[in-house]
Amino acid sequence: MMPVCLGVPAKVIEIRRDGEMRIAVVEMGGITLEVLLTLGEEVKPGDYVIVHAGIAISKIDDAELESILKLWKEVIEGNSTV
Amino acid sequence: MNSAKQHGFDIRERIRRLYIVNPESKRIIERIAKLAQQLGSDVKIMNFCGTHEWTISHYGIRTVIPRNVDLVAGPGCPVCITPGLYVEELIRLSFEGFTILTYGDAFRLPARPTASIKSLAEAKARGGDVVVVYSFFDAIKLARSNPGRKYIFFAIGFETTMPCTAEPLVKDRVPKNLMILSAYRFTPPIMRWLLESERDVEIHGVIAPGHVSSIIGASAWSFLVERYSIPTVVAGFEPVDILLAIVFILHQLVHRKPRLINEYVRVVRDEGNTYVRKLISEVYDVVDAYWRGVGIVPESGAALKHRYSEFDAQYQLGLREPSVVDDIMPGCRCRDVILGKVKPVECPHFMKTCRPNAPYGPCMVGSEGTCRIWAENLPQILNEVAI
Ligand code: SF4
Repeated sequence: MMPVCLGVPAKVIEIRRDGEMRIAVVEMGGITLEVLLTLGEEVKPGDYVIVHAGIAISKIDDAELESILKLWKEVIEGNSTV
Repeated sequence: MNSAKQHGFDIRERIRRLYIVNPESKRIIERIAKLAQQLGSDVKIMNFCGTHEWTISHYGIRTVIPRNVDLVAGPGCPVCITPGLYVEELIRLSFEGFTILTYGDAFRLPARPTASIKSLAEAKARGGDVVVVYSFFDAIKLARSNPGRKYIFFAIGFETTMPCTAEPLVKDRVPKNLMILSAYRFTPPIMRWLLESERDVEIHGVIAPGHVSSIIGASAWSFLVERYSIPTVVAGFEPVDILLAIVFILHQLVHRKPRLINEYVRVVRDEGNTYVRKLISEVYDVVDAYWRGVGIVPESGAALKHRYSEFDAQYQLGLREPSVVDDIMPGCRCRDVILGKVKPVECPHFMKTCRPNAPYGPCMVGSEGTCRIWAENLPQILNEVAI
């Protein structure tokens, strides 16, 4: 049973339509699942999204990581006052 | 404590790998120790979200940080705070020709102590019509294939679950035989309420919810910094995410420079998911709403707008709206657990008359409930107590 509030990373396999709704077929932990796609940005097969209670709520974007890694280093090394 | 022994090695091994073998984690933990020592005083950090509490308990994070840093769980468990009166109304309707569709998490959520049938699970066992679904989209498919039946979807959750119903409503994909009981709650108002109304709860730092923030945006928490000067970190759900959140908060406390940091940049944008934010405001009105055991929290509930009233179970069936009612079981400390005032082990029912397989109070039901999480990670919790 899938907990309601748990967000899980999933890989987008295919995108379909149901009327005007966009449906993503995603794969997570070996199972495939149809979820609603509710993202403003473009999503294509191969992208990773966070799936939560049957909807894709956010796209995972590793490009953003650099900024946090920098802050991480500064704080851990103790030479930052941010 | 058989299970403690059984899993003891695994847990230690897991902790060893995550914190000791991983050199970055080890350095973060060392830094946490140093900063905590520099601070000297007791520090209370609230992790809003049940999934954060799960990571903290499961990986024994409390055991690797200094004693003067206290991690307390907050109100981030949607099942725990869903009013018992909704459950009662749905139990009744399950015997009156409606099929009730619920997430698995709310299936065993107790109604009020006075109710004769205690939960939707019990209603089903006694012949009520209740079906567990994974999502609202599954509810739609079910209702489409059985046009002769009348369905009610029990819509619980925070901002992350609101688009499940909002998107199909806006796109006109909800069949006429499917209604929604909206028990949705917004998260920033409860934090504001907590800080304003419960002055005895002193919070020095907040680990803000990761997935909720992917919808409402990291910037939705800036009031914690601007108004209350509380260092706030939006964090992901891996152990190292939590460690980073702690180190960032302590660092700010040492330097007396509270700010908002988005640690979960891989998923959360500052402005959130603007598409979903717009959807929610198109479909739902913001209303004052009751949180189980807590009270009425201003502007914290989501009621379907009038233009969607044909799908609105509360409106169509004239359901009672919960006001401040007594829906906490005698002796259950759930309210204080939710508000970060006590730990589950301080409740006289914990693991005695309230257990995961037979929950007595609402915080033992869903996987985000603090009592449930502590119960399922007892070896780590006991380890903490023993240390
Ligand atoms: S252990 Fe059970 S009875 Fe006690 S506070 Fe938690 S949910 Fe309530």
